[in-house]
Amino acid sequence: MTDLPLTGRARPDRKPHTLAEWRALGGYAAVERARAMAPSEVIDWVEAANLNGRGGAGFPAGRKWRFMPERGTTPGNGPNYLIVNGDEMEPGAFKDRFLLEALPHQLLEGALIAAHATHCDEAIVLIRDEYRPGIAAVERAIDEARNAGLLGGLHIRVHPSAGRYIVGEETALITALEGHRAVPRKRPPFPAQSGLWGRPTTVNNVETISLVPHVLTLGPQRFRALSRTEEGGTKLYGVSGRVKRPGLFEAPMGTTARELIERAGGISGDGTLRAFQPGGGASRFLGPDHLDTPLDFGHLARAGAMFGTGMLIVLDGSACPVGLIARHMRFYARESCGWCTPCREGLPLAAKILHAFEAGTARPEDLDLLHMTAAEAGPRGRSFCDLMGGAMAPLASGLEMFAAEFAAHLAGGCPHDKTHLSGGCPHGGTA
Amino acid sequence: MSLSPDLLTRIRQAAHDHGGPRAAMLEALRMIQHDHGWVCDAHLAEAAATLGVHRAEMEALAGFYSLIFRHPVGRTVILLCDGASCWLNGADAVRDELQRRLGIGFGQTTADGEYTLINVACLGGCDRAPAAVVGRDRRLIGPLSPEGVAKLLEGGL
Repeated sequence: MTDLPLTGRARPDRKPHTLAEWRALGGYAAVERARAMAPSEVIDWVEAANLNGRGGAGFPAGRKWRFMPERGTTPGNGPNYLIVNGDEMEPGAFKDRFLLEALPHQLLEGALIAAHATHCDEAIVLIRDEYRPGIAAVERAIDEARNAGLLGGLHIRVHPSAGRYIVGEETALITALEGHRAVPRKRPPFPAQSGLWGRPTTVNNVETISLVPHVLTLGPQRFRALSRTEEGGTKLYGVSGRVKRPGLFEAPMGTTARELIERAGGISGDGTLRAFQPGGGASRFLGPDHLDTPLDFGHLARAGAMFGTGMLIVLDGSACPVGLIARHMRFYARESCGWCTPCREGLPLAAKILHAFEAGTARPEDLDLLHMTAAEAGPRGRSFCDLMGGAMAPLASGLEMFAAEFAAHLAGGCPHDKTHLSGGCPHGGTA
Repeated sequence: MSLSPDLLTRIRQAAHDHGGPRAAMLEALRMIQHDHGWVCDAHLAEAAATLGVHRAEMEALAGFYSLIFRHPVGRTVILLCDGASCWLNGADAVRDELQRRLGIGFGQTTADGEYTLINVACLGGCDRAPAAVVGRDRRLIGPLSPEGVAKLLEGGL
């Protein structure tokens, strides 16, 4: 179980435990332990464990918590807020669904510990509407814990959302909880200074929070030693796309794509690996030369890529990369909140051009336009949030890695096998 | 038909629980949709009046969220993933078969009021691609195939 702290206790049928079942498995011992410690000591442990945020950015959880002021030290009235972000919607990501549905008490334990460490009296778990089984599981866990007197005075509730990817962006999420359209805010001020209702706020991903009890149970050294790299703990990796047995795999941080793809049954389609995105839709493509790169935030940043959610999307040799990038771009264009002009106008334009490539109607100058868009819209800081920059990651790296495919589409259509599944272009001819 | 006294009470309670009327607007819309299937103009206005917010603000919020329905929907809403992993595993063929059998496109409802079909962002079902979620409890189904579509519509999936 300690090899797989995050998922080792899950029931085979993926159904949530009752509180009694969970306590029989050692549940809530971590909370007791944390409450016997000073908040700053809990943060010391989380820092020593080197737990990086699992939502995509990889910011150290302990450092984030350290920004939260103690009760009574900030002007004005009102509590500190803890927000658990369960708005998982990144293409290729399906890990938080499992943690919400199958292990709600683990999440609640993590939230109770995080709230203790960050001086929060209120906590909100925001969950996307499509995860109604997860919403029900977490609401039930909260009720059970409340009735058993385990909440320790923390006001915690679930906030079911109602669609729109941008809600998962940290500052947009805060705006959404205040009842406004979910539009990101400029940082600074950071949420720890001024978040929900202008109060100090910490936003953590579901997986991050679910890992927290294990820092307390195992202690920081053993937690850190679960990893193969500097970054502590295990990771709930996922593999989907062109693999034979897509799924979730909890493994040491720093596990390689080669191992994960093997656990997913190997490559489907034509059986050869063309490329993979290591961290969901908004991460850059990597080729087979990165099969043995340890997958964590640091190693992938040094490789010029991004670890993101750690959910791999795998592309075999018979699938059309231009089609894949077009699907991603359509998604990001649709999910742009519309606040920043380059994102609102630029992404639909890129999506339209990519569609023309798929349809075989693109002109040579369209390729220049795509290159220009990737160069202009890719860098951070040109919009309030990272949606646009993220959307450019597969495009920019794809234009490089799949230059031949883009050229072939210009020359008259998709060169990929359209008889195999649907990974070829619906409109293109054969080159 | 106006909102039931019980629902109005729950909307007021949500304002209390969620930190004020503005923060409860989405929850109010969700509750209306839960009871009535969708949110009509009259219900939206009534909820806004109950919360003491302007109906235009309520409208703006309802219009922002893709899963708040401002048109009537069928008894069963099918949310079909149009994300990358589903596409890589044959989602286009599933889409075509669903649209052919139902005789509708995305965002439409069958004439008998039985089904509404909507394309959505990644459903977190990439391990079961091509995936969809169906009905009120948002049950995840997959992997779907064109052959499986008939079974789905007959309630066998």
